[in-house]
Amino acid sequence: MNCKINGENVKVEPHISNVYELLAAYGMENKILVVEKNGTILEKEDHINENIQDGDTFEIVSFVGGG
Amino acid sequence: MLKIGSYSFQSRLLLGTGKFPNYEIQKRAVEASETEILTFAVRRMNIFDQAQPDLLEELNVKNYTLLPNTAGAKTAEEAVRIAKLAKASGLCDMVKVEVIGCDKTLLPDPVETLKASEELLKEGFTVLPYTSDDVVLARKLEELGVHAIMPAAAPIGSGQGIINELNLSFIIEQANVPVIVDAGIGTASHAARAMELGADGVLLNTAVSGANDPVLMAEAMRDSIIAGHKAFRAGRIPAKRYATASSPKEGMTVS
Repeated sequence: MNCKINGENVKVEPHISNVYELLAAYGMENKILVVEKNGTILEKEDHINENIQDGDTFEIVSFVGGG
Repeated sequence: MLKIGSYSFQSRLLLGTGKFPNYEIQKRAVEASETEILTFAVRRMNIFDQAQPDLLEELNVKNYTLLPNTAGAKTAEEAVRIAKLAKASGLCDMVKVEVIGCDKTLLPDPVETLKASEELLKEGFTVLPYTSDDVVLARKLEELGVHAIMPAAAPIGSGQGIINELNLSFIIEQANVPVIVDAGIGTASHAARAMELGADGVLLNTAVSGANDPVLMAEAMRDSIIAGHKAFRAGRIPAKRYATASSPKEGMTVS
């Protein structure tokens, strides 16, 4: 599958079927973060039910230092 | 006690988390400041670097109220989106509305700030807009229902202190919500001065993170804000042009 994550084209393994698995593939499933899929912000508890399809666009954001 | 919306705080210092030399110094500076509110920015994660340290874990954020900013937004729409992303973390419902209208001065766009604040209030956020020291804009923001007003002392990161004390004092006098002086503070006397003028709190970042000794400056800011607030409550004497003796004029041993 080809997806866009944070502006970059990324090949996602076909066995990854939901957002939780996508995060786990990058070792981020337990990090404090927020996922937006195709412009819709996801609640954390919905990650496991949110399917991934070819062409999906994701924004994965977190908190960084700022004033 | 500083009350912002449904929140109450002992500390009147709000501390930013940007540009510290390293996490260890940041952690010690945050502790030394005795702040209860930390500001953050929302940014894309580097998903290809799993080893990157997590700022929130480093700081044990459960001990603090988080105030994410919408820095990077140039329109109300962008600010609202960033605020919603921050809230979806489940860690906060406060937001510092920051919509920059000028790249050189980093001064806020008043029109977009007003629009973003209105939208975020409808969405149920606790809204703290970063504004210029415009007195009428501050009033209009309050009329919308914002939970605090955060006028800049001077341009962000400039360290110039309070440029327009008159405007700031007008904003403070008219406000029925907390006024938190945000941005432009350079040293402890600036923060103390803001509090002496009657501000309810001070939000600063670079003044601490960029100091030669950020931990010591964090302590200085903590103390100056407490001192300035006490002086405001105590009520200062009027300034006079000429001297007034403090020792009695009677009973002098010389004639």
